[in-house]
Amino acid sequence: MELNPKIGQPDIEQVATRKGYGEGLLELGLADQKAVVLTADLAESTQVLEFAQKYPERFVECGVAEQNMMGVAAGLALAGKTAFVSSYATFSPGRSWDQLRVSVCYSQANVKVAGAHTGISVGPDGATHQALEDVAITRVLPNLVVEVPCDYLEAKKTTVALGKMKGPAYFRLGRAATAVMTTAQTPFELGKAYVMREGKDAAIIGSGPILYQALLAAIELEKQGISVMVVNNHTIKPIDVKTIVEAAKLCGAVVTVEEHQVMAGCGSAVCEVLAQNFPVPVEMVGMQNTFGESGQPDELLKKYQMDKDAIMDAIKRLIKRKRQVI
Amino acid sequence: MQKFSQNELKYKANDIRQDIIQMLLEAKSGHSAGPLGMADVFTALYFGGVLNYRPDQPGWPGRDRLVLSCGHICPVLYATLAEAGYFPKTELMTLRKFGSRLQGHPHNLDLPGVETTSGPLGQGSSQAVGMALAFRMDHVKNRVYLIMSDGEQNEGQTWEAVMLAGKNKLHNLTAIMDRNNIQIDGFTEDVMPLENLKAKYEAFNWHVLEVNGNNIDEIIDACLEAQSIYEKPTLILAHTIPGMGVDFMENDFKWHGNPPNKEQAVLALNELRTLRGQITSEHQ
Repeated sequence: MELNPKIGQPDIEQVATRKGYGEGLLELGLADQKAVVLTADLAESTQVLEFAQKYPERFVECGVAEQNMMGVAAGLALAGKTAFVSSYATFSPGRSWDQLRVSVCYSQANVKVAGAHTGISVGPDGATHQALEDVAITRVLPNLVVEVPCDYLEAKKTTVALGKMKGPAYFRLGRAATAVMTTAQTPFELGKAYVMREGKDAAIIGSGPILYQALLAAIELEKQGISVMVVNNHTIKPIDVKTIVEAAKLCGAVVTVEEHQVMAGCGSAVCEVLAQNFPVPVEMVGMQNTFGESGQPDELLKKYQMDKDAIMDAIKRLIKRKRQVI
Repeated sequence: MQKFSQNELKYKANDIRQDIIQMLLEAKSGHSAGPLGMADVFTALYFGGVLNYRPDQPGWPGRDRLVLSCGHICPVLYATLAEAGYFPKTELMTLRKFGSRLQGHPHNLDLPGVETTSGPLGQGSSQAVGMALAFRMDHVKNRVYLIMSDGEQNEGQTWEAVMLAGKNKLHNLTAIMDRNNIQIDGFTEDVMPLENLKAKYEAFNWHVLEVNGNNIDEIIDACLEAQSIYEKPTLILAHTIPGMGVDFMENDFKWHGNPPNKEQAVLALNELRTLRGQITSEHQ
């Protein structure tokens, strides 16, 4: 797997995943006249401003009205457009879930919902703006593809791939600049998880920028003689059962990581696969049924146990449990 | 499109009302008042030369779009679509039944002629605005007709959509509001006062017309006037009588969400078939 050789080094490039969304839209906008973009008064922050300036006739400013925006996107899609809905995930799909359910998913309207400002690393804005439930409320909806890109480049690839795909999709983006783990050459396919790092004692299966913390944990544990696999499960739905089961068979123990509530998110999706196919001991790293607060991303990741150290602790607990099982 | 005389249009509306009663009786659940009240509006749109459509080509790109936002009155949409030839009338009797394409609330992927999915109120208004925007982007002349209820004006989403349509001067959008003054819990002005609706829509940059929603000619005229307004979307406030055509259902909010039983259906059908006792029905 080709990844950024700077992984683990302090000077690794840091770019927000939302920037990848903006760039992906520009690429799509040029290639596909049907691509339209909507926002609810968050053009700059969701990185769609450049698209709006370049293609004003294909941009809809909805004002602060997320429910209407979701429905307008469905109408545009039913009249032949590929509609990208852009807001913060706490508002959309947070406030527009009913519209997403009926106008988009049940109708199979070609709408792509970009939820920005997800995870605790939203930081200073505080709990109201930190989307930690968005994967839960989207992955239960039939017909909806759910994607969580791990970095800026993967977000760009996700945007382009979803634009070419027909049907409803949700994908989550982050506010903070985070490590660019992949390269332009790293293979990306919707619905296909991939191994970022080989290992055999435990497998970390996760999604989003937090995977960088997972890679750092794996690197450090290797020095302590523990071999950890890292799997990027960027598609939460439809989930890649084969890759997840293979990782579980090889390692016999799984740690799930996500910047999301541990209930009903990526980790739960992985557990559903494991429970039905190949049960192994699991530790879940993520938000533990609580709201966030203001702070810097690193402070918050540490306090809420989603940083490298927390992941290392989880792996050690897991390996102890794995031995007990054997 | 075939042209119909004034009398033919009245009989079509009457046929649609009879179908509605029979469908609801057969289904044993569903809404009575709204569909009966709106039979004249649907007749005007589909048979009065307003809507552009081809029943043999439901996906024809040049068609106008009818967006039914208040999905619960779908019996009138289904009966009208069958009357227009989208599917056989016999299928109307499958309403709300297992395996039917006539879902309890309309689903765009199930039945030809149904453009959108609705049920949760307010969602149609946004979808209609999205369609009108798409047609403007594409420089095509398709028009969008949005049917909404008055109770639906309680929804915040409705006003979000109304604002966006006014902002964008969507002259290819005509909304028709079923102003029948009832909703499930009672009279609209008791549940949540809506007036002055005309002034409210005008304040949002809409052109507003008021018609007798049970007078087919008035509805057609208003729709044609809306086509000539170039700077604004148009709202047609259609004052209708809920339950129109069936004496014991008219203006009674208890009929909002209930179907007739066998005896009531016989009474209703008799009233419709005899044009309120003016003629003799062979079915009597």
